[in-house]
Amino acid sequence: MSYKTDLPVMLQANPHAPEPFLGLKLWHILPIGLIAIFGPGLAFAQSTNEAQSPLSVLLDWAPLLLKGFAFNLIISFCAMALGTIIGGILGLGQISLLAVTRHSSWFVTQFFRNAPWLVLLFFAMFLLPFEMNVFGFKVPFPDWLKAILGLSLPVMANVSEIVRGAVRSLPSGQWEAAESLAYTRLQTLWLIILPQCIKRMLPPWMNLYSILTMATVLASIVGVNEVMTLTGQALASEGGRPELLAPFYGFILLLFFIYCYPIARFTVWLEKKYAFIT
Amino acid sequence: MEYIFDWFRVLYQETGINLPFLYDEYDRNRMVEGFFTTIWLSLVCLFFSAIIGIIGAWLQGSSFKWTRRIVNGYIQIFRNTPPLVQLYFFYFAIGTLLPRVDNDWGGQSPILGSFAWAAISLSFFAGAFNVEIFRSGIEAVPKSTVEAAEALGFSKLQIYRDITLPLAFRVVLPALNNNLVNLVKTTTLAYAIAVPEMLYEANQIWSDNVNVTEMMVFLLFAYFLLVGILVGAMNRWERAMKIPGYGG
Repeated sequence: MSYKTDLPVMLQANPHAPEPFLGLKLWHILPIGLIAIFGPGLAFAQSTNEAQSPLSVLLDWAPLLLKGFAFNLIISFCAMALGTIIGGILGLGQISLLAVTRHSSWFVTQFFRNAPWLVLLFFAMFLLPFEMNVFGFKVPFPDWLKAILGLSLPVMANVSEIVRGAVRSLPSGQWEAAESLAYTRLQTLWLIILPQCIKRMLPPWMNLYSILTMATVLASIVGVNEVMTLTGQALASEGGRPELLAPFYGFILLLFFIYCYPIARFTVWLEKKYAFIT
Repeated sequence: MEYIFDWFRVLYQETGINLPFLYDEYDRNRMVEGFFTTIWLSLVCLFFSAIIGIIGAWLQGSSFKWTRRIVNGYIQIFRNTPPLVQLYFFYFAIGTLLPRVDNDWGGQSPILGSFAWAAISLSFFAGAFNVEIFRSGIEAVPKSTVEAAEALGFSKLQIYRDITLPLAFRVVLPALNNNLVNLVKTTTLAYAIAVPEMLYEANQIWSDNVNVTEMMVFLLFAYFLLVGILVGAMNRWERAMKIPGYGG
């Protein structure tokens, strides 16, 4: 029941619930994306009847582009694995009791965190040799391997900060309780601190992975054969028709969106789930 | 000053460490221009992304369902696709659809240059993050504070300007600074569409002088210092703006 008065003493509760993306389910992305890509394609198709329509050109090239995208994902997996391993060690170095280790790890972390991803990629690309002499064998050092190394540098620095932040965010009572139970520092870290940190590290770590995946296209600037490079080549081989540009670049945007959006949603869900567990 | 520059020429002759952007005037001007282009691009993007953030946050509080949905869609699309592809999309796909204008040399040039497209694209990219940041800040202001202001007879605009915004600004400052640092780092992407910023000019110099190692190391340290100074200044600002007894 409600009363009409000039002085509303009690306001109706109106909770502001966060809405899902456009109020759509996950599978709705597909038809919308298809319309987004093929819409301009169809519009242009009417004007160019004699040439192949942008839609069918895109379909012709889609398998190749998808292969390129798979290569992007491989780069992102490898760079993430490498960066996580080294970054984890670096992060533990940042909470070391030795001042030298602590300060040098801090400096390395800050250095690679402050440098732009593209500059680090250039750094790895141009300064690493194209082949290495290992025990008399010439080991080739291809571009994509250098790209993985170059991308793992900023990942390493960010993982290091995530580890440090997670360890620092734990209440110091955990350390003190472990100490009073006569755990050594290594045991405390391994059995008490890190298991609790995993939950805190997971959402930012996944966020970082999503950023890394989006950064893999940078490798196209330095000439790795990933999806962006292949798109450029496909466009060039089609004779640089301007009406092809929007569908092709839109297709790449869609690929990354389909891959990264679920990760972002999952990260938000994880954050909410772990928010109340301390 | 000339003496110092000459010293680097001697350094090159003696040791082979080639830093032409210090002793050669032409290269020096290029580098300085590149540096200021980076700063200028960052400032332009900062300005427009802040505006996008404020308007977006305001629209997200709209009572129209579809306004909120469109803003949400904008945020999710720009957050979950690579900024480089966005840049290419803007520059190549949309840039070619726009009309061309006659330039001073009798030729035709696009209506918007690469710098303008880089500014637009990066502003939208950073703006998507800013919307979320501003919204969370406005939501963080306690309802009771607004109610207290209402009880004191503040008007709606006054509450927004004098109560909500100053408090929200202090809450979001760390996140905003984080985004700003990311923005400065993302300006390197403008290299891909030939905006003459720092990375691009460094690339030009190492193409001319074949001194990739020196330029790369210099570039790393230049960005490290630039971002380091920015982070340091922002941290000081954050401390100065801290609300006593509010938050950590």
